[in-house]
Order: sequence, then C-alpha cells, then structure tokens
Amino acid sequence: MAERRILLEHLDVPNAHTLDVWRAHGGYASLDSLFAKEPAAWVDEVKASGLCGRGGAGFPTGMKWSFLAKGTGKPTYLVVNCDESEPGTCHDRQLVSRLPHLLVEGIICTCWAIDAHHAFIYIRGEYAYGAERLEAAIAEANAAGLLGQTINGREFPLRITVHRGAGAYICGEETALLSSLEGDKGQPRQKPPFPAVAGLYAAPTIVNNVQTICSIPYIVKHGAAWFAGINLEPESKSPGPRIVSVSGHVQRPGVYEIENGTPFRELIYDICGGMLPGRDLKAVIPGGSSMPMLPKDVILNTTTSFESIRAAGSQPGSGAIIVMDDSTSIPHAIWRIAKFYAHESCGKCTPCREGNPWTVKILGRIIAGQGDPRDLAILDDIAETMEKNSFCPLGIAAAWALQGGLKHFRHEFEALCQG
Amino acid sequence: MLSDAARAEILAHRERYPEGRQKSAVMGALHIAQAELGWLSPEVFREVGELLSLAPVHVAAVATFYTMYEKEPAGQHVIDVCCNISCMLRGAYEILEHIEQRLGIKRGETTADGQITIREQECIGSCSTAPALQVNYRFHENLTIEKVDAILDQLLAGQPVASPEEVTHG
Ligand SMILES: Cc1cc2nc3c(=O)[nH]c(=O)nc-3n(C[C@H](O)[C@H](O)[C@H](O)COP(=O)(O)O)c2cc1C
Ligand code: SF4
Ligand code: FES
Repeated sequence: MAERRILLEHLDVPNAHTLDVWRAHGGYASLDSLFAKEPAAWVDEVKASGLCGRGGAGFPTGMKWSFLAKGTGKPTYLVVNCDESEPGTCHDRQLVSRLPHLLVEGIICTCWAIDAHHAFIYIRGEYAYGAERLEAAIAEANAAGLLGQTINGREFPLRITVHRGAGAYICGEETALLSSLEGDKGQPRQKPPFPAVAGLYAAPTIVNNVQTICSIPYIVKHGAAWFAGINLEPESKSPGPRIVSVSGHVQRPGVYEIENGTPFRELIYDICGGMLPGRDLKAVIPGGSSMPMLPKDVILNTTTSFESIRAAGSQPGSGAIIVMDDSTSIPHAIWRIAKFYAHESCGKCTPCREGNPWTVKILGRIIAGQGDPRDLAILDDIAETMEKNSFCPLGIAAAWALQGGLKHFRHEFEALCQG
Repeated sequence: MLSDAARAEILAHRERYPEGRQKSAVMGALHIAQAELGWLSPEVFREVGELLSLAPVHVAAVATFYTMYEKEPAGQHVIDVCCNISCMLRGAYEILEHIEQRLGIKRGETTADGQITIREQECIGSCSTAPALQVNYRFHENLTIEKVDAILDQLLAGQPVASPEEVTHG
C-alpha cells in the first residue's frame, strides 16, 4: 500500500506555485466544466461526492453549502480557513505555499457554486511565506483574467482577500475566526445562528478548510462518482483522497495523501517506514492534539476512515497523526498538550479558563514525581467539567486529550503518584 | 510615529475589505505598523485608530489579544522554538536549551545587546519536519544542534539567515 497523490500530485514539480507551471500541469482545467452547469447543480454534485470537511468537524460539505440562507438581500461570502494551528497539523501550509493556484482554483469553483463574489483566506500569521505565495498567485490570476470582473471571459465578479492572523489558536474555530476577520478579538460566538445564515458581517457565509476547497476542482473535473470511489471501505461515508500530517516517532514523518480507509498499520509501517530503530509503537493521536489518543493494539486495528476512528473512540479531527513510541512518558506528553490549551484558552468561559491552568499545575507536579494519589480523581473531575460546560469546542478538546491519556494509560499516572 | 509610506499602506490595505468594514483592516494595519516600528506602543494604537476611524481602546484590545503583536520592544531577531507535542517528541526542548546556553539567556529573554530574543513557541505548522523553529517568522526545519549552531553563528555575525524552504522552493 502506498500513497495515492491527487491533490498533491504536482507538489514536487519545480515552480508549481506559478501560473504557467500550474497551467502546464492541467491547472484551471476545472473552469472548462464549471460554467457548463448551474451553481445549484454543483452543490448537488459536491453532496453526491461525499466530501466531508477536512478542518476538524468533518461536516459534509455539500450539505453545508445547501444551508446558505437565500434572499437575505446581503452578499454571500466564502471564508477559507487556513488558521492551521492544531498541534500536529502542517499540510495546509504545504498547499498554500507550494500549490497556491490550486486553492485559487478551488475558490473560483466554490464561489460559482454558492454565488459568492468575495472570498477571504484567513491565514495564520506565522505563515508569512504562505501568505506571500498566495498574494502572488492571486495577483497572477487577476492579471490573467481568472479573477476580477470576469473569469475566463465569463461575467462573474470575484475578488479574494488574504487576511493574516496574528497568533491565536482559537481563531481556527469558525465563529472566532469571523470575529477576528471583522476586526474584533478572536472569541467564539454563540451558535445558532450558524455562519451559513449569519456569518461574516452578519451575511450568509461558508467557512471551509483549505484542503476541503482544494478538493473541489477535482470533483468538478472528474465528477462525484469518481471522488466517492476513492475509498477502500465501500461502506464508509467519508470518501476521497485525504492529506494527513504524520509526526512523531516514525522513520519518515511527513505530509502524505492517502485513500479513505487506508489502515493505520500500513500508514505507519509502510508509508512512514515504521518506528525508529529498536523502538515499539505505544500510542497514536489520530486527529490532532485535541483528540483522544489510542493505544497500539487499538490503532493497529483501525483505519483512517472517519467511521473506523470514531468506533475506536477518537476522532479524525484535522488529519494530524502523532505517533509515540515506547520511550514516551504519556503523562509528560499529556502535560505538554495541556500547557497548549492553557496558553490558547481565550478566557471567555470559566471551565476552560480555569480548568486548563489547573490541569497543567497538577500534571506538572505528577511528572515531577510529587503527585498525590487523589490527583487523578481531581483531573477526572476537571476534564468532565470542561467537557460538559465549556462554551466552545476548545475546552471540550482539552478535556478529550486529557481523558484519552487517563483512560488508556492510567497506570503510568498512578505509578508517578505513589510518592 | 508611522511614516507616510506606512500610513499610505494602511489606507490601501483598508480597501481590501467591503465598504464600511474598515474595522477588518485593524489586524493588517497592526502588522504594517509593527513591520516598521518593531513593536506597538499606545501611540501606534492612536494612530491606527485615527486611520481606520476606530477608538484607540479597540485597537489596543485587538493588539493585546494576539501573541504576534509585540507590546514592548523585542530583540532585533526573534527565535521561536516550537516545543509542542510533535516537536517535543523529536527533541525540541534539547534544541531550546542549547540555544539558551549559547546565548546565555533564558526563554522569554533578550540578549543584553538587544539583538536576539528566544521564546518557547506553540505549534508552528512544521510537525512533520520537527523539530522546528522560526527566525523572524521564517521556517527552519528538521533541526539538529549543528543546524541551530549555524543559524546562531550567522545571527551573531550580523548576517541574514535565509529560510531553507524559501531558497529550495525557488
Ligand atoms: C479550537 C478550534 C480550532 C480550529 N482550527 C481550525 C483550523 O485551523 N483550520 C480549519 O480548517 N478548521 C479549524 N477548526 C474547525 C472550524 O471551526 C470549522 O469547522 C472548519 O473550518 C470548517 O471547514 P470544513 O467544513 O471544510 O472542515 C477549528 C475548530 C476549533 C474548535
Ligand atoms: S472553551 Fe471558553 S474559554 Fe475556552 S476557548 Fe472556548 S470560549 Fe474561550
Ligand atoms: S508541534 Fe512543533 S511545529 Fe507542530
């Protein structure tokens, strides 16, 4: 079993970020099919493809588009989420820095389908290079008549604005992102209303992940059935090529594109070359640090389909696969993850604002060998409070990460709490 | 004080957003101001507020929410070492400690000559090429102690350090 490169097919082509090279490799060919169909037909096509959002929640993309409020008298906006700050996740960065025209092409297709004439790309501030690459691609596309008043001669005004973030993980959450894009502090908003009804500037808005939007030109070019067929598990409802970031203790960490349903065993041992010399697999976080980790015996019987990961007790999340070998102290790993959530809590609600720093403090003394046997019950309690009472998914994610460690590796925490 | 060029850049940046939505330009304006001045003083909040018709307290509230905006002068060069989970698994703390030792300062501090600040950073999106750091928000990946030493040698000699990613991608 190997990689199957579709979105990443031209990743290693020199100068694939330029319009000429992108076009020489079939770039913008989707536009030939795009205008042949009415927008509504494309929404149905994307629905039929089975594409699920790649940003974290895995919501079906076509269905999300069909929820857009109609007849509001307000413009519709597309917002592309390139905040990519979930620990372990680094593939959107490759897309925007090395294949920026693919994203522009995806934006054109999507805006036609949802009838939007202004798209925003919210890119995390640390991706200065990615932002430069995007700006250059947009400028090229404008000069070539692919954006502006007409697209390839077809009357369809469209502009793209790149908006740089400035260091805040919470801005990846779609409502916080919209607040940030509007020029406020990036704090989450109450849902409903969902962005499709009242999003950016209270207008109907679609927020989609970079990889989600980069998938659209392939659906336009090859059709829903082709996309749905990229699936090793015919019963799975999350078909398509999927780009994952593999990190941690494998021989060849990297950004890989695989078919839905590729077993973790093959991903880790074949595609990534297996574990580091002399080491054995211990645990894997299958969807970014926000998702519960799974121990070796579970992950090796799991595939990358959304259904399989969920049945195993975790989530596909952002597609960040973090591999840990038997040299890893799980309490230490969980402490580092908790430190991240404590740092990134936006402070709006108490369970998350207070729960995370307390978790870090307690885990800190546990890994220093000064834990108390009662500490684990306190951690369970904090996690439950955060999971049940946080205002947004960040607090819930922090709870899940902690609970995953406590559930599968409790003995390691207990061993450190013996005094 | 912002230069005329920076003020013009901010006014041009405002045009990226729909009519009447100039508040959206505040983050970009702060990036432009910081690129010129190195950090954001209350004076800058007032100036940016004036250019975008926003209350200075609003500009300040935004600036203090995000970590990349410097609220006090940082070093000429900022080294952000990611120590989040994927990098930690690949030896990030050893890298950070090595830099601390060589520069004789701790994370969060700036060298006495004001040249270099080092920080422990959260995930910067290089997890598959860990450990990684950024120098002035430009990537350096698959780090080894030797690579880090080469970066520090260049910085200490006052030479520019190019991000390998930006060189090899052409
Ligand atoms: C704390 C938090 C951080 C998130 N960060 C990102 C992110 O960096 N990129 C992203 O696409 N989605 C992120 N999401 C998910 C978004 O809220 C949203 O579901 C997604 O952008 C929708 O796009 P999709 O349907 O194409 O997946 C995050 C969610 C939460 C709760
Ligand atoms: S859970 Fe509450 S404090 Fe934490 S990020 Fe969400 S809104 Fe902010
Ligand atoms: S964890 Fe270090 S770059 Fe992601």
